[in-house]
Parts: sequence; C-alpha cells; structure tokens
Amino acid sequence: MVRLTIDNKKIKVEEGTTLLETAQKLNIEIPTLCHHQALKPYGACRVCLVEVIKGSRLGLVASCTYPAEEGLVARTETERVKRARRLSIELLLARCPTSEKVREVALELGVKKVRFKEEKEECILCGLCVRVCEEAIAKSAISFINRGADREVTTPFKIGSLACIGCGACVYLCPTGAIKIEDVRKCRRLDFWNTKLELKKCKVCGKHFVPLVELDYLKDRIKSFEEMELPEEALEVCPKCRKRILSEKAGEFIFGEKYP
Amino acid sequence: MRLRCPSDLVKARKLIRSRYDPKKTCVTVCCGTGCLASGARDVAETFRKEIDRRGLRPRVNLRITGCHGFCERGPLVVIYPKRIFYQRVKVLDVDEILSQTILKRKIIERLLYVDPMTGKKIVYENEVPFYKKQRRLIFGNNGRIDPTKISYYIALDGYTALAKVLYKMSPQQVIAEIKRSGLRGRGGAGFPTGQKWELCRNANSRLKYIICNADEGDPGAFMDRSLLEGNPHSVLEGMIIGAYAMGAEEGYIYVRNEYPLAIKHLTIALKEAQEWGLLGKNILGSNFSFRIRINRGAGAFVCGEESALIASLEGRIGEPRPRPPFPAQEGLWGKPTNINNVKTWANIPLIINKGARWYSKIGTKTSKGTMVFSLVGKINNTGLVEIPMGISLRKMIYEIGGGIPNGKKFKAVQTGGPSGGCIPARLIDLPVDYEKLTRAGSMMGSGGMVVMDEDTCMVNVARYFLSFTRDESCGKCTPCREGIKQMYEILDNITKGKGKESDLGLLKELAQIVKDSSLCGLGQTAPNPVLTTLRYFPEEYLAHIKDKRCPAHVCQDLIRYSLIVEKCIGCQICNKACPTGAISGEKKEPQRIDQKKCIRCGACYEACKFEAIRVE
Repeated sequence: MVRLTIDNKKIKVEEGTTLLETAQKLNIEIPTLCHHQALKPYGACRVCLVEVIKGSRLGLVASCTYPAEEGLVARTETERVKRARRLSIELLLARCPTSEKVREVALELGVKKVRFKEEKEECILCGLCVRVCEEAIAKSAISFINRGADREVTTPFKIGSLACIGCGACVYLCPTGAIKIEDVRKCRRLDFWNTKLELKKCKVCGKHFVPLVELDYLKDRIKSFEEMELPEEALEVCPKCRKRILSEKAGEFIFGEKYP
Repeated sequence: MRLRCPSDLVKARKLIRSRYDPKKTCVTVCCGTGCLASGARDVAETFRKEIDRRGLRPRVNLRITGCHGFCERGPLVVIYPKRIFYQRVKVLDVDEILSQTILKRKIIERLLYVDPMTGKKIVYENEVPFYKKQRRLIFGNNGRIDPTKISYYIALDGYTALAKVLYKMSPQQVIAEIKRSGLRGRGGAGFPTGQKWELCRNANSRLKYIICNADEGDPGAFMDRSLLEGNPHSVLEGMIIGAYAMGAEEGYIYVRNEYPLAIKHLTIALKEAQEWGLLGKNILGSNFSFRIRINRGAGAFVCGEESALIASLEGRIGEPRPRPPFPAQEGLWGKPTNINNVKTWANIPLIINKGARWYSKIGTKTSKGTMVFSLVGKINNTGLVEIPMGISLRKMIYEIGGGIPNGKKFKAVQTGGPSGGCIPARLIDLPVDYEKLTRAGSMMGSGGMVVMDEDTCMVNVARYFLSFTRDESCGKCTPCREGIKQMYEILDNITKGKGKESDLGLLKELAQIVKDSSLCGLGQTAPNPVLTTLRYFPEEYLAHIKDKRCPAHVCQDLIRYSLIVEKCIGCQICNKACPTGAISGEKKEPQRIDQKKCIRCGACYEACKFEAIRVE
C-alpha cells in the first residue's frame, strides 16, 4: 500500500493504482477521452493531466498512466492544470468541431470558442479502437499509420481488412462516433475500415445477423460448449430469436406446456 | 588471433607497434561520408594505384581513415609524420603530391588551407585554426586509424580500459568512477551517466540490456555517424565496459539505415572484436560475456527518444510511452535497460584510462568533458568541432568556425537540433554548457549548431523547424500533434503577411503549454524555436504582421523584385535566368519585371552582375 495526497485529501491505495483511479476513489472528477478501464493506460489525449509534486519535481503528468507513489502530492485544480487541459481540448475541438463528445468535454472545461484553424475530422486519434482490437479482441485488424500531422487509424494498405471480424468493439468504444457499423441485407459494412463482411442467416427467422468470420472466431474461442451447457447451434440463432425461444422455454417451465 | 588475458593484449600491441615505423611516410586520405561525397574514394584509389605503379610501397604507406571533421574542405589528405595538410584534393593532384611532396619534400602551395581570418597559408594540420582551438579527446583518433582494422585501435592503447576494468575494478568501482567524472548524457537531456548506470545496476533482474543510441536524427548533425564510421571500437569498448558495470549480457546498437558506411564499419568492428576475444564469450579470459547486435532504424526522428527507440527495437511502432516506469526499471522486453548516446559510450574508455579526476577538470562546474558539435549553416568552416564544455559561442563561431562567409553579419545560432532555440548575436559570449544553454531558452541537444547570418528571417526559421517537428512528431499525444500543427499554421500565415497582432499572444500561449503538457521530449522541446525567436526577435514578427515586410527579404509573399533602370545595361542575363518569363525587354535596353508573373525566386537577383535588381 502507498499513501498519497490528491487535492489535500489523503488516501491509501494498492501499489500499481493510477492517479486517475485514486482520484475516482476520492470522488474527484477528472475528464478523460482516451481512457477505458478495460484497456491499458495510454496517456495520449492529455485532458486528464494533473500537477504532481514529488521532492523537487513538479510537473504535469497524465493521471491515467502515472502510478500512485508513496508521499506523492497531486493537484487537479491548479491554474496550470486547467490551462493545459483547456488547450488540449481546444486543439481537439479545432480538429473535430462537430464531435458531440469533444464539445461536451470542452464545455465542461469552459472552452467555448476555438481560436485555431478548424478542420473537418471526425477521429481524435485517441487509439481506443486500435487498443480494443489488439488487447480485448486480439485481432489487431487496425492500427495507426504515418506520423505527426499525417497520423490516422486504418487497416493495412487502407483496403478491406482480412483480420476484422466485424465484432464492432471499435464502434462501441469510439468516443466521437467516427466509426459506423451497418448491416445491409447479407452484408455488414464498416465503411471507416473499408471493410464489408458476409453475414450468416439466423437458423430460426432467416434474417442475416452475424458475420461468418465472427462466428468462426467465437466457436474458436469458446473452448467447451458442453461446459457452458450451450448447444453449438445456439450461436447460429440471432439474439432476437434466442430471446424469444428462451422466454418461451421459461414460460413452459413456469406455467406448464399449455403456455402461452 | 584470440586474446586470452590482458598480457596477450599488451603483447599484441607490442607486435603491432613493432611492425609500424612512425618515421615512415604515410598518406592518410579521409574517407568519411563528407569527403566521399566530394570524391575521396577516387583520390584514395588513385593514390593506391600510383604508389604501386611507382614502386613506392616500401617507402610510403597509404591509410584510409574516417572523418577528420573538416568536411567543408574535403577531400582531405594528411601526410604523416609531419602532418602536412592538403585540402580539396582532386584525382589530378595525386601525381603531383607523390612526385613533389613525397619524393622531393616540396610543399604544394595550391593545396594548402588559407585561413579566412588572416589570409595566411597553413602547412601543418595541427596549425590549422579549426583544429588548433579544439580539444579532440574522442575525435582525435579518427584521423589516425583505419576503422576497418582493429589493430590500429589496439596500437593506440585501444581496449586497455576494458582490460583494466575486467581485471582490476569491480562493477561498483567502475560506476563510482563514472559518477566521479561528472559525465552527462551526450544525447540531449544531459542526465548524469553514472547515476543512470547505478539505477540499472541496482535493478533486480538476471537479464539486462544496454543500448547504444545511434539514431541521430537532427537535420545537419552527423557527430555520431562520424564517430561510428571513423572509430567504431571506441564505442564498442565503452559499451562492453558499461555492460560489465551494469551486469548486462546483451547489447544493441540502434543505428539509422541512412548510415550505410557506419553500419558497414560497425559490422566489421563487431566481427573483429569477436575474433580477437574482446567481445562474445569469456572476454579476455575473464569469464565475463557480452554480445552486441546491430539494429537498423527506419529513420524516424522520434526513435531517438528512449522509450520510442525501445518500442521500435521490439518491432512495434516507434512511439514513446509515459514514464515511470523508466527504462532502467522496465525497458527492452520489460527488462532493465540502459540507453546511452554514441558519444557518451565513446567517453567511457577515456575516463577509465585517464581517471575521473583528470576528466572532471575539463569543462565547467556542472558540465564536464568535451562536447562535439556539428557546426553548419552560414559559417566558413563547416564541420565537426570538439571543444571543452564552457567555451564561448564567440570562440566557436569566430576562432574555430572562421566567421561568417562573404563578410555578412552574424545574427543568431541555433543549438540542439530542430527543437533547440535560437540564440541571438548579443549573447555571443554565452559559455556552452547544459545549464547556460537551457537558461537562454535553447538546449545542448545532441550537438547540432546552425549559424545564421543577417540574411536569415527568424520567423521563417521558426516555421522551418516546426515543419520538421510537425512531420516527425509521432502523433500520439494531442498537444504535440495538434499544437505543433497549429503553431505552424500561425507562423505560415505570418510569413505570408496574413498575421494578426493577436497571433503573437496565441503563439506564445500555445508554445508554452505544448512544452508543458506533451508526453515526451519531442513535444516538450519542439516549441523552443518559436519561444526563442519570439523572445529575442519580436521586432521581426511585428515587421511581418504590422508592416507586411520581411526585414531579411526571405518570405516570398512579402518581397518584391524590381529593376533599377539606371543600373541595367540590358545584358538580359536576368531574362534568361527567370524561370517564369516574367522579365522582358530589348537587348541593351533596361528590362522590365512583370510582377504578376514573378514568383519571387530570386534567380534574377542572383544572376545580375550589375546590382540592377533590387529586393524590397
């Protein structure tokens, strides 16, 4: 355990806890954009900066990556912190003026006007999509390309991905809504990744609902269907039908065979 | 030959020296990359052929060396033992050098160096002011050894320090010695080397790595390259000593792929060191084993940053990660790792051989030893300069650099690479050390030094350096990626005459916060050119913004070329030089410039011999 102070509040936390997690325990609010609790800390967006004083060291650090250390004193509300957070969010707002999420955080931090040249990007390059694809799905279908001002996230060679299973985890985590997912008849479209995937029919209703590659991936990952007391075919039934069948089964169980 | 103990090394050295007669004439040809570019390879080949053809082999040796540092004057030929110094030698001069200088002991006046400050011709290398004012501790041997043969290095006491360390010093003693010497990292940040080693030594792990950072990315800087090309064993010896001190068994040299000659010489050096038993298993019979591998970098500037370099070595995208954990705790493949710059490693054998006390007497209170700078830009003597820390910029620029060409006025000097700052002429007596440079808003960096004269526009300079860092930022964190881009946009607008007075405040705010909140050293230093030019040259910014005028006549959108009718004799040279056909007129009549067609390239201005074209 290590003892530290954030905004004059003392706390004891496990070693390895980040400053952000510590602050959350103290109900101190710190805005974030590139952070997700299920993924490794990244420290890119810089809106979670806090000021840290340790010995003679005094500096701004990203609270999402900085580990709690014995005797550390951190401040989240100093003028230096506010200035830095405001500038980062203003820069992101200049990049993505239409993004709801960015505007929301900007407003929280008191940034109303952008003084810089505006662009029309939708992606803030927080890397959540890249990291969830690598860390949680273990597919690494997407990554960053180029560096500096030319950096972007995309698939290899910017063509339809061979690794993407169309699970949509990236869509779910994207804070700006830049990545969109759409099922059009027999096809799942992820236009942001230039990727189209063929869908499989539901065994019951016949509606196309899951990409073939995702189904293979799931079958591969679920090692023992028996252990889960789940027939392998269960995966081939769409969630809607699965729900209906389950509720029917439950009804029969409770009310007897005459149900409904 | 495999050396099995320190006395083997001493015997080998004696043997090598006995075969070498110091009184015998030896022609050395510099074949560093700079001299190769001016044709040194052909000069060296011609020497070889001519010496053979004339049957001079018994009387004359030929040695191909690495970079001597005075690249401005290449190809360089130095004739030992007297060290007669010939510069800008061409293939056609070889015959004359052999027949006159070697055979008749006559000096060829035409090939001598003329001191631009005094106009005097100089015969011997050690009298050339460029070399005389330097203190070449780690670069001195570059001109004396053939980097492709380990025997030259051994003859000059090479690997003595390694033998001493392995047999007479404990790892703790080595670290204490380096700490006492006051050596600080030569890669930029200037962290005390001994302390860094100690952190790695104390890290609890069986596996440790050490890395030589040779990813020199500053535009115009080539110190590390020249050292690897010209004296690779000095770097290897430093690394082996470091490995022993820290307890590492594996090392890497991360070198840019754009340095083919450095890679070639390193590869040869590694092979030879291994064959001689100075690297690999059971080094000099001491039971200590260490091996080094070369990793070629793909040329991203950001990979010079420790954590980005490690990521790149591991095969991932070269992006920095937040610290802590520091590389000394968790570095390459999660193991404790120590990274030092090429020059830092090359200092190690020197400190071990001559002692920390001797070393710590060189330099200033906080900056010890010598520093190598690549002196470039508007300066007479372009090249590599090694000076003791603490000498003034004035001495660097006027005494060693030979002043500014064409009698122009010195305006500023930019130190520390693309993210260093511009120091103005009025601070010319500033001593060069880590603290003084930082206080002036610049930094030591890895040793880049770009001299600027009165024809340089400081706003344009800031814009240029930001265009570099904008492209070379890895793009991971917001302030660096977006902030540098926006600073560049503002500067670009100012140079185009579209700046507003409020831009200056915005630029300053942006620069300060990007410096304060970026993830790694790149973003934390990239605003330096903006901050220093704003601090030292505010009037130039105002001239661009308020008067829509570029005082140095550089920014194309703010200048205009016009003809002075009285001076124009109608020779039409300007007419021919103009790429857009903007100049017209009859022969022997004053010409006219069509401002609509003119792209302000300045070709006419350069071409006119009668100063009939004015820029305003």
